[in-house]
Amino acid sequence: MEIADVKENWTNRINTVTIGATEPEGGTRARTVTVGGETTLPLLNFEGEIPHPPVIAGLVVDIVPEDWPDVLKSAVGDEINSPADWARKCVEEWKADLVCLKLLGPDPQGRNLSRDDAAKTVKAVLEAVDVPLIIWGCGDEEKDNEVLPECSQAAKGENCLIGPATETNYRTMGAIGTADKHKLIAEAPVDINIAKQVNILLQDAGFSLNDVVMCQVTAALGYGFDYVYTIFERVRIAGLKGDKHMALPQIANVGWEAWKVKEALADEDVLPGWGRLQDRGPRWEAATAAGYLQAGADIVTLAHPDSIAVVKETIAEMTK
Amino acid sequence: MIFVGERINTGFKDIKQAVMDKDPQPLREWAKRQAAAGAHYLDVNLGAVSTKPEDMCWMIETVQNTVDTLISIDTNKPDILAEAIKVCNKPPLINSTTAAQQKLDAFLPIAAEYQASIIGLSMDESGTPKSADARVEKAGLVLAAAMEAGIGPERVFLDPIVMPLKYMQDQQKEILEATRQYKLFSDPPPHIVCGLSNVSNGTTHKKLINRTFLVMAIACGMDAAICDVLDGELIHAASTAELIMNREIYADSYIKT
Repeated sequence: MEIADVKENWTNRINTVTIGATEPEGGTRARTVTVGGETTLPLLNFEGEIPHPPVIAGLVVDIVPEDWPDVLKSAVGDEINSPADWARKCVEEWKADLVCLKLLGPDPQGRNLSRDDAAKTVKAVLEAVDVPLIIWGCGDEEKDNEVLPECSQAAKGENCLIGPATETNYRTMGAIGTADKHKLIAEAPVDINIAKQVNILLQDAGFSLNDVVMCQVTAALGYGFDYVYTIFERVRIAGLKGDKHMALPQIANVGWEAWKVKEALADEDVLPGWGRLQDRGPRWEAATAAGYLQAGADIVTLAHPDSIAVVKETIAEMTK
Repeated sequence: MIFVGERINTGFKDIKQAVMDKDPQPLREWAKRQAAAGAHYLDVNLGAVSTKPEDMCWMIETVQNTVDTLISIDTNKPDILAEAIKVCNKPPLINSTTAAQQKLDAFLPIAAEYQASIIGLSMDESGTPKSADARVEKAGLVLAAAMEAGIGPERVFLDPIVMPLKYMQDQQKEILEATRQYKLFSDPPPHIVCGLSNVSNGTTHKKLINRTFLVMAIACGMDAAICDVLDGELIHAASTAELIMNREIYADSYIKT
């Protein structure tokens, strides 16, 4: 019996974005990381091309994230006290493809560290590792507008991925991306329409969408995961169908979100029958990442070394 | 929506004069203005000013030296097409063939050789069909012949042939119905295009009629138009219609796109 050919003929290719710059390119990285370029949905490599497998960014925080559970802090080890050492461990021991430096320290609700402190950390991490760097602001827009330009300048020429650029700060972010030659993360609050809007605004401000990676404020499994999953998928389908404002690689900040939910945090006595907390957290994080990878994520951030190991296997399985 | 800018056409006096004088300035000006307005293709039409292929080549080269927008070669003469396509920097849109065998034999091999897209008019030597069914039949012939020649439906633009509202009111529903049926021809479906300004020929409220017709045609599946891309209200109406059809994702600044 003949089986009908159900292959989709997508008309468009997702943009290719390269992060990091080697010495000949004006940076100091030993290698670069390229994402995007797909002509089909994840897993469907019989239908089109998936030239660059998704990558893992090891999550490093500039200060000790006090809210993190012991199971995660102890997995990071003593290096949690030094972003440079932490980054080195991410790359050398855990084999992350790149490092995602979350700048929590400048948050005015917390330590309220200065932009100089943040820039120093960026420099220290760049010196400690030779992989490309993602620099992620604290999320307080006013403070990010003050801190990120300084960090961008500290990393000038390294072709980092910097964010978040939002509906309100896109001009500042577009300007620093252009001035210091970085790529940008365009972020939307679990809203596909705002996601498109941010991209249009960045483009109107003169920033090329060839240099942008899209992001939804990533929800953990069980906490709006399905909304974000759907948006990742719809963005990718629209991009493959020819919507130039949606044909961008996507990043899921899993490591930052997965460790905020009770399933990853609560002790066995609170959640009897849910298994050992020791295993549950990394599994929750890895399962969230696996979901987003299937929806179209090109980069996932991960915090726990066990999740990094598991998701590496997931990616290998998905792309073989 | 794929917009083809109609303005570089010797039917317009300034372009006619420019071609006769070999003055590149008006062509450059219209190329820039239409490209800035978001045209995906710029139609280039030599019309009856000359029968020399080199004049068409001059027009195309003048446009290409100004903007990098794709070219739509507007001619029904295979000898002009054969020369003009050679000077195109990127695969152009050929405007156009009919369903007449002689035309298909002349145009399709050229389109296939240069990976060009091609507009197929739903008519043949017997003239323009009067019913939706006849339009479907002729367009089907063009699509089948194109696919046979190795040109996939994603490179075929079927044109149901738009008629003036003022003189042929009864034809409008037939045109829209044909559009609806073209969409069912293949998967992926072919593009559907029209020479929009025909619909408002001889009328007083040209822009309103163009705009209304295009929105209705988009609702039937049309996804391309040869039109006045500088008519902002037309472009905005078309963009909105695409949102209503759920073909594009809404964003607050969607009319800037």
